[in-house]
Amino acid sequence: MADSTWLTEFPSMDRADLVAIRKFLDSGFREFSRNYGDAIEAFFDPLLAFLVWFEQLLLQSPWWIIILVVACLAYLASRSAKLTLGVVAAFLLIGYFGMWDNAMRTMGIIAVSTLLSIALGVPIGILMSGSNRVQSIVTPILDVMQTMPAFVYLIPVVMLLGIGKVPGIIAVVIYAIPPVIRLTNLGIRLVDREVLEAATAYGANRRQRLFGVQLPLAMPTIMAGINQTIMMALAMVVIASMIGVKGLGQPVLKSITNQYFTMGLFNGLAIVALAIVFDRVSQAYAKRSQKHLEGMNSE
Amino acid sequence: MSDAFIQVKGLYKIFGDDPDAVMPLVLAGKSKQDLLAETGHTIGLKEIDLEVERGRIFVVMGLSGCGKSTLIRHFNRLIDPTRGQILIDGDDVMQLSQKELEQFRCHRISMVFQRFGLMPHRTVLENVAFGLAVQKMGRAERNEKARQWLETVGLKGYEAQYPAQLSGGQQQRVGLARALCTDADILLMDEAFSALDPLIRSEMQDQLIELQEKLHKTIIFITHDLDEALRLGDRIAILKDGELIQEGAPEDILLNPADDYVEAFVRDVNRARALTVETVMRPPAGRITAVTIAGALRQMRSHSDDYAYFINNEGYQGVLTQERLEAAARDDSDAVVCERVLEILPPVSPDALLETVLPETLDADYPLPVVDDKGELCGQLSRASLAQALVEGGGGSETAQRGGDDSGSVNGKAVVSAAGAVQR
Repeated sequence: MADSTWLTEFPSMDRADLVAIRKFLDSGFREFSRNYGDAIEAFFDPLLAFLVWFEQLLLQSPWWIIILVVACLAYLASRSAKLTLGVVAAFLLIGYFGMWDNAMRTMGIIAVSTLLSIALGVPIGILMSGSNRVQSIVTPILDVMQTMPAFVYLIPVVMLLGIGKVPGIIAVVIYAIPPVIRLTNLGIRLVDREVLEAATAYGANRRQRLFGVQLPLAMPTIMAGINQTIMMALAMVVIASMIGVKGLGQPVLKSITNQYFTMGLFNGLAIVALAIVFDRVSQAYAKRSQKHLEGMNSE
Repeated sequence: MSDAFIQVKGLYKIFGDDPDAVMPLVLAGKSKQDLLAETGHTIGLKEIDLEVERGRIFVVMGLSGCGKSTLIRHFNRLIDPTRGQILIDGDDVMQLSQKELEQFRCHRISMVFQRFGLMPHRTVLENVAFGLAVQKMGRAERNEKARQWLETVGLKGYEAQYPAQLSGGQQQRVGLARALCTDADILLMDEAFSALDPLIRSEMQDQLIELQEKLHKTIIFITHDLDEALRLGDRIAILKDGELIQEGAPEDILLNPADDYVEAFVRDVNRARALTVETVMRPPAGRITAVTIAGALRQMRSHSDDYAYFINNEGYQGVLTQERLEAAARDDSDAVVCERVLEILPPVSPDALLETVLPETLDADYPLPVVDDKGELCGQLSRASLAQALVEGGGGSETAQRGGDDSGSVNGKAVVSAAGAVQR
């Protein structure tokens, strides 16, 4: 009789081949990071410098100035005294429970990675909306980015850049950027065809259409994407702390390994408080910037 | 005829992956259905040749899916044709570069859309000024101009509103103001009034006609509503499945439909509202120009009818009947023809719609004289010819055409039923 074990056992690759593949990829990537690691790190130096400067700014400024600035921003964005008071209360509590410094570090990393996500994500989304081919290439990449466990792409990032702030930021951006890309693309594609046609019919060129019609009309959707991105960046803070990003995530990590229930809870709540502040303020701003939608429901 | 303002020559539009490849099949005359089944390509437009005169309203009509919206988008190249030319003022629009095309759209041609196409995030004023903003005109200047046009369309005071706060009719006025604001001489209107309710629609039609009297734009108007087409159009083109079926003056379309498709369109039209007196009037019966009763009677006897229109050097005066003339002649045949013997019949204008002259025509004992602006008698409108035009399927009785008293009772009945149809 012929060998028929393939019916019961999956006819998998030989162990030796598998090891060879692993070795090949591992050594290849190691080689790559050895050769180019420094260059890549140098490439990210300006980002690191900015991040460090921003974090120091948040940490060195007296706490009341920070609260004042944040309150002003919240009020400008939302024009709501209630929301502003809530924001001030949240920051006072975080400070009172001794988490001020960590909260500032987290704020710094969130702010920078959100800005980076927007700066990269919106243009990518615009490109995607303009071409079905780009969309069909980018969409599966986004799917991978969103479903791949974060730990898996931490490995090559750490191999390449070591542990520290920049790999942390990269990890956060990879995790948090998909919503802003997807929703920018969606928002632009949902713009009424006739409105766009009207702009074209009056001689608007590509740039005028993009900035005069498409982006403004897609703004509510794009804002929803930015909001999601901020939320996901906050969620990533704990995981990023595993590769040396300081902030509220580190005490949480410490609490997990040492079973410090209260410490975990407090820091977790602090992350939640930051999340709510960012979420409410950005949503209030988005809503306020869509004045023209006010009359819609009355029709 | 080659000096027409806009010329469309041999325009084809094929939708699909590779239109050029299937072009030979289309030229060979393959039908739309066959082409779709065999190659997956759709014929959007097929061999369209049109000429539009400057300053006229040219209506393109057809049912949905007949390619009329595709056609209108060729004029400003929102859609590029597969083959063919569009000449505007002698310039081939197809040869324009992207930059030239943008300039052309900025200055020469503007468009009004079925669902308005207003920008919801801009105020009414900003919407109207949009075309000028694209041209990079200064804010103060363009707002000033936009404000004037808003006032012209009757929306003064709405400048700071957003489109969503306006009713449909008001939004389309904004659309119209936006189109007029760039001073383009060509106006494309893509089912511009179709989304409006009937009352607002006819209001908008009035406004367009009124504006057109002042502005003399060249307007290409798309509609699926024949009543609208007849009301607005100087010329009407009828499209079916991407092909041009008939092109002509409104009366032509109404009175001589080219085929069953056009006839089906025409059947439900309110003719009384669509046709003018000029299109149904007949050459006038006898004219009497003699000064005296005797002379008049002599002229009368030379005609076959027992009535005639009396005309002196001040134009049409009234109707003379043989009966009354003979009575007057017995009195004094040398007397001058005067009001005593004349029967006064109000003249009607050749441009009047049948609807407006219906009561007078029915009341009169004789066909009404049709008198133009200069006071010249140019025709007569009998109950019979009116009735025939209204009930028309082409089968009106030939005998009724002479329209004298002899057949009056029969015609009277026809007219009454036609009048009933009009009121419905």
